[in-house]
Amino acid sequence: MSRNKPSRRSFLKVSAAAGGGMLLGFSWLTSCENEKARKASPELQMPEKWVTVNAFLKIGDNGVVTIMSPNPEIGQNVKTSMPMLVAEELDVDWKNVVVEQAGLDTDNYQRQLAGGSQSIRHGWEPLRKTGATARYLLLQAAAQQLDVDAASLRTENGVIYHDDSDRKVGYGEVASLAATLPLPEEVTLKDPADFKIIGHATKNVDARKIVTGQPLFGLDLQREGMKYAAIVHPPAFGMKLKSVDDAAVRALPGIHDVVTINAAPEGVELQWSDVNAFPQLVAVVGDNSWRVLDAKKKLNIEWEQTSPPESTADQQESMRLALMDGKAEEARRDGNPEAAFARAATIIDRTYSAPFLPHNTMEPMNFFAHVTDERAELVGPIQTPEFLRKTVSAVLDMPEDNIDIMMTRMGGGFGRRLYGNFGVEAALISRAAGGVPVKLVYSREDDMTQGTYRPEYLVRYRAGLDEEGRLIAFHVRGTGAGESPVFANRYPAGTVDNYLAENISTESNVSTGAWRAPRSNFIAGAEQAFLDEVAEAAGKDPIEFRLELFDRAINDPVGEDNDYDPERYAGVLKLVRDKSGWKTGNDPRGVAAYYCHNSYVAQVLEARLEAGEPRVNEVHCAVDCGIVVNPEGAHNQIEGGIIDGVGHALFGALTFTDGKPDQQNFDTYRLIRHIEAPRAIHTHFVESDTAPTGLGEPSLPPVIGALANAIYRVTGERVYDQPFVQRRELRG
Amino acid sequence: MATFNLTVNGQTRTVEAEPEMPLLWVLRDELGLVGTKYGCGIAACGACTVHVDGAAMRSCSLPVGQIDGQSITTIEGLSADGDHPVQLAWLEHDVPQCGYCQAGQIMSAAALLDGIPNPDDAEIRAGMSGNICRCGTYTRIHAAVKSAAQKLS
Repeated sequence: MSRNKPSRRSFLKVSAAAGGGMLLGFSWLTSCENEKARKASPELQMPEKWVTVNAFLKIGDNGVVTIMSPNPEIGQNVKTSMPMLVAEELDVDWKNVVVEQAGLDTDNYQRQLAGGSQSIRHGWEPLRKTGATARYLLLQAAAQQLDVDAASLRTENGVIYHDDSDRKVGYGEVASLAATLPLPEEVTLKDPADFKIIGHATKNVDARKIVTGQPLFGLDLQREGMKYAAIVHPPAFGMKLKSVDDAAVRALPGIHDVVTINAAPEGVELQWSDVNAFPQLVAVVGDNSWRVLDAKKKLNIEWEQTSPPESTADQQESMRLALMDGKAEEARRDGNPEAAFARAATIIDRTYSAPFLPHNTMEPMNFFAHVTDERAELVGPIQTPEFLRKTVSAVLDMPEDNIDIMMTRMGGGFGRRLYGNFGVEAALISRAAGGVPVKLVYSREDDMTQGTYRPEYLVRYRAGLDEEGRLIAFHVRGTGAGESPVFANRYPAGTVDNYLAENISTESNVSTGAWRAPRSNFIAGAEQAFLDEVAEAAGKDPIEFRLELFDRAINDPVGEDNDYDPERYAGVLKLVRDKSGWKTGNDPRGVAAYYCHNSYVAQVLEARLEAGEPRVNEVHCAVDCGIVVNPEGAHNQIEGGIIDGVGHALFGALTFTDGKPDQQNFDTYRLIRHIEAPRAIHTHFVESDTAPTGLGEPSLPPVIGALANAIYRVTGERVYDQPFVQRRELRG
Repeated sequence: MATFNLTVNGQTRTVEAEPEMPLLWVLRDELGLVGTKYGCGIAACGACTVHVDGAAMRSCSLPVGQIDGQSITTIEGLSADGDHPVQLAWLEHDVPQCGYCQAGQIMSAAALLDGIPNPDDAEIRAGMSGNICRCGTYTRIHAAVKSAAQKLS
């Protein structure tokens, strides 16, 4: 239990906000709460008194409502969409809602994590129940105050009406009483047909702060007496620190200290989130970011080799050998694939590859830490605050209760900030430098060369067709650095009688981690490009070919563990076919469909060539994610995923020479720019009353396949190796 | 260390710094104006874009010693109440995802529209391609620049 959180006992407790100050003390982001809220929503009149209804909710005496957003915000827009769920069932006017970011508080919130596109899926019921419970209590309080039966009351936009006596009371007028009443055993949730907020386009709650440059991000945090720190890690994978001579640096102006830290000391229990190629670091602490970033270049450091240095050619050869000769783990087998291939009239056999990718969030890794003998306070951009606290506790040998963690808005996540080594490092630097409050700042080069990359991958597909062009055998065998990209039970598993999926891992000393839509971000493109070739060999339209397979999965599925709903899958394909005006049999565009993170996406993409490089004109995208909570944010996520996928498929690659990344900044690492972005994206959501699923990831994986297939339609050439642009140039 | 006088968002500010310290870090760490972002440090991503005497510049690569006496506008000073037509267009189109690059995007867009009041699509693409958006909000940025141009004309 940390000091800055309401305890369970304070649940439903009333308190007055003296002078409009803060009640719950969720650290710096909520200090001067009213002032900030006013800036965010200048049209809102702030209340004199707030009532804390529960950990999610404060109601002002004038009816203004503060809703805490529990999950980390990385740009997936949960800070808007999750409070919408609470507000819907509470039945308040969204205009009267102020949203605040909650800190890590495992007593009061569930799953405070940004990952796997799961925030909305997991929050859908609990957050609505939170709002409905508060509404129930407000109704009970109003019934007492008006001396009527609660059943005779109704709510609308934060006001409770007793129509029989033509009386009404605002939520703010009964909130104090409501907060003293017992919780209901159960609450009734709205019929989706009655939703007033869910399903309605709602602007990003932080947009005004973003466009006016107010402090929101970890890098923006400044504290009285705060120092800045920069780290030096080994220049190449397979190396570690041997010795450091810091005499010259200590003498520089503005330099406070030089310390050596170890984020993974022996005997300390680490978490899954502790992926760290370079736990031992040298840190320079000083009074200005530039001074420490500049000074660290002047350190005299010796490194030593701990494992053989790898170059890109070595890594690719390792994967090739693993795929050819490695001991495969059989992940799924249906029928008799070997016999089916033996009798196939046509066999299509193709291999696809993709390189390591850094996440390259625009906001480089950073974290604030203030570690004293008794307590640690950490503030910064982290997708996994709960796991960060566990590791900080273990590494500092300090009880978790003494560690406070506050999440800031993040300048991008894409999976990188699942791995909180930079937070652990900040805590260790603060302690090693004598307990000073310190903000660790990675340079772009530190960020890009530090590891935790999307693994490199290699996958081989084989398909067997009979004389009539029917798919009778399918084999996928994949490998990658530390993991195989193959999902054994995903489509086309379940549609082919004879099916084999195999996994092989390839060793590498380059550290890897989840990167937006892990594994799917590669395998979807490979699979969908391969199926395009199979359809062509079968003499069928690529959409018709896929739909025939789905028919099989709907009517007579093979196996029992098929990890998708073929009707919803086929549904998005049909929707994109219709919306894009697909010309069956001779459409000049590329198509792909994929299911991941519980959502279904199909795309039709039109490409062109510009100065020898593929560009995207237009993408039609059909999405089935169940109920769309916030259409505005949903469209934005789909568009962003498409542009991200196109950009990385065309240009993204991190290569190595002797263990050292060849690209270290945006002059050599090519990210997609405005001029290269698709000209138009049309997103079509399936109308649905199914519970919502995630949107942060699902539009990215298939677009790589749609792009590959569109490139083929334009150039007559199939592309197998990412990035499509660089490899094409290399091949001449 | 030397003393520099800058006009930042209309106010005279005096800073003590090494002449080679980039304007970005003067603004952020010395003056507490953190709206201008660090992205790459080599003028390759545009996150640090500010206006120096009205022109869009990458503050991460601009030593403070080179701009003594000049007038700087940052995102905090682009408008008094966040109501510059470009800022309003960004709100109208709900452009931001993570939001980190958007201050730089907005400063580039405002400078673009100062120079070319009614840019066509190609001019917007060319003018905005120095700013990277890792979230991929380019189609919204494009639409917002067009909206802002219409409001300004």
